[in-house]
Amino acid sequence: MAYARRERWIAFFMILPSIVLIAIFVYGFISWTAVVSLSKWDGVTPDYSWAGMETFRQLFARDGGVSAKRFTIDLWNTLFFTVFFLVICVAIGLFLAILLDQNVKGEGVFRTIYLFPMSLSFVVTGVVWQWIFAPGTGTRPRGVNALLNIVGLDALRWGWYTDTRSIGPFHVALIPVIIAASWQLIGYTMAMYLAGLRAVPDELREAARVDGASEYRLYQHIILPILRPITLSALIVLGHTSLKIFDLVYTMTGKGPGFVTDVPGIFMFETTFRGNHYAQGAAISMIMLFMVALVIIPYLRISLRREVEL
Amino acid sequence: MTRRFNPMRIGVYVLLVAFAILFLVPVYVMLVSALKTFAEVQDLSRMWSLPAGINMESFVSAWAGIPEKGLRGLSQNLLNSVNLTIPATLLSSMLGSLNGYVLSKWKFRGADVIFPLMLFGMFIPYQSILIPLTQTLSTIGLGGTLWGLVLVHVVYGIPITTLIFRNYYAGVPTDIVEAARIDGAGILGVYWRVMFPVSLPGFVVVIIWQFTSIWNEFLFAVSILQKPELQPVTVALRNLSGSQIKEWNMVMAGTVIAALPVLLIYIVMGRYFIRGLLAGSVKG
Repeated sequence: MAYARRERWIAFFMILPSIVLIAIFVYGFISWTAVVSLSKWDGVTPDYSWAGMETFRQLFARDGGVSAKRFTIDLWNTLFFTVFFLVICVAIGLFLAILLDQNVKGEGVFRTIYLFPMSLSFVVTGVVWQWIFAPGTGTRPRGVNALLNIVGLDALRWGWYTDTRSIGPFHVALIPVIIAASWQLIGYTMAMYLAGLRAVPDELREAARVDGASEYRLYQHIILPILRPITLSALIVLGHTSLKIFDLVYTMTGKGPGFVTDVPGIFMFETTFRGNHYAQGAAISMIMLFMVALVIIPYLRISLRREVEL
Repeated sequence: MTRRFNPMRIGVYVLLVAFAILFLVPVYVMLVSALKTFAEVQDLSRMWSLPAGINMESFVSAWAGIPEKGLRGLSQNLLNSVNLTIPATLLSSMLGSLNGYVLSKWKFRGADVIFPLMLFGMFIPYQSILIPLTQTLSTIGLGGTLWGLVLVHVVYGIPITTLIFRNYYAGVPTDIVEAARIDGAGILGVYWRVMFPVSLPGFVVVIIWQFTSIWNEFLFAVSILQKPELQPVTVALRNLSGSQIKEWNMVMAGTVIAALPVLLIYIVMGRYFIRGLLAGSVKG
């Protein structure tokens, strides 16, 4: 049909501006960053002369200087941050969703309270939690330390995000940052699980109860398996967020003493826009992109394929 | 449901209330600190206590600044956030609506490839495009300007707005599209006469989502806008909390001011906010 053919062209031209913008601003710019990461650009003026993988090598060098040490810490911090943050968000989010699914009065109020941090800026979260976990000094404790002092639990006072101690490669200073991030995003997993629980047909629950299944077994054998795809989505969305996290940590603690709370996002920002080490900033961002792509590309393939099947 | 005394149910409520209190701790700290005078907030032993009286001085200084201490107020930055967020939200919603319409009702060849490629753009760490972006904006004369930042938010908003509208329009029966076509409407006619009029709920979700994200955004703003008088409120707030002289009551009042617009939207339109939130996990 000639008519349909002409319409299809109009359809294509309608989204052409968006396609062009995405092609340039996403794929063009990523390629451009890749070129910068392979260049010798290290100063205010662009320098595209070829350096090959040298910048990447410096970031991973075993005997390397400050950059390699910092980047190694960053990767460990990202790993621990991601693991704890995901476990907390999934566990508490699921727990709250199940609690709210028990026909409680005032469900809307509780839901609103658990979810409101999601609507805030990471900057607001960072500023507030910075104030809460600021340790103060021995004689003038602040924040949570002041609270511990009031209730007489001085033994539990510690340096929070300024503490430089570590357990193996895990810096304990990350704990307050993980708490702040979880506070903000637990509501997200809760909302996802709650939507999933609401989609479980009542007949299914009734049938299980008629068969004599306890509430516990109902969740264990019927409801939790149904929620499994939601857990996957939550892990991917939150996981990729934590791999590229910047605003929250930058506002709350910055890189911290001895990089205890540093993450690749902060390293990239500081080295590029404060230090003018463009090639290094580009290299770090390419590694961040690679980590995110490892998680996101399979996810997009699976969820779009599932959509086609439906 | 049984009405008799049930310890399990009491346990459920105890836990729900306990979590609610934990979630509200930062709000408590924000509000009590903001309502204190500077002298009062300096007394760290009273950090968790209620203020001696309701004192709005910190809100005044957060709004207008304390010039003699070199602290800028947030009023100009708040206005910048409004001037940034409203045009960027409207433009990206319009683009999303058109894209979503085409991708749900007029699938051309290659659309199945283009859509995932577009979606990938909303997951990338923006650090990986930041260097070319700042270079390009300077080249085209938009470096360091609010309009440059508007453009950036419109472009990187395309994936999420397209996704939400595509899923929304997929729920509009194709029959009424066909009926309009039989009446002689072309692709644009169908959009104006059939799709646009039923788009309101979709627009509400997308506008709320984009407004909140753009209002809260930090990385683009801090990388593109260097002049303090041009920066949106998130960047100004971070500068305030990072400055040497920390007037904590003023900083906390600043967080309240910066958070208030999005909080109000969330409280009034929470249902639509959640829909936008869940749309971000790809499946609509």
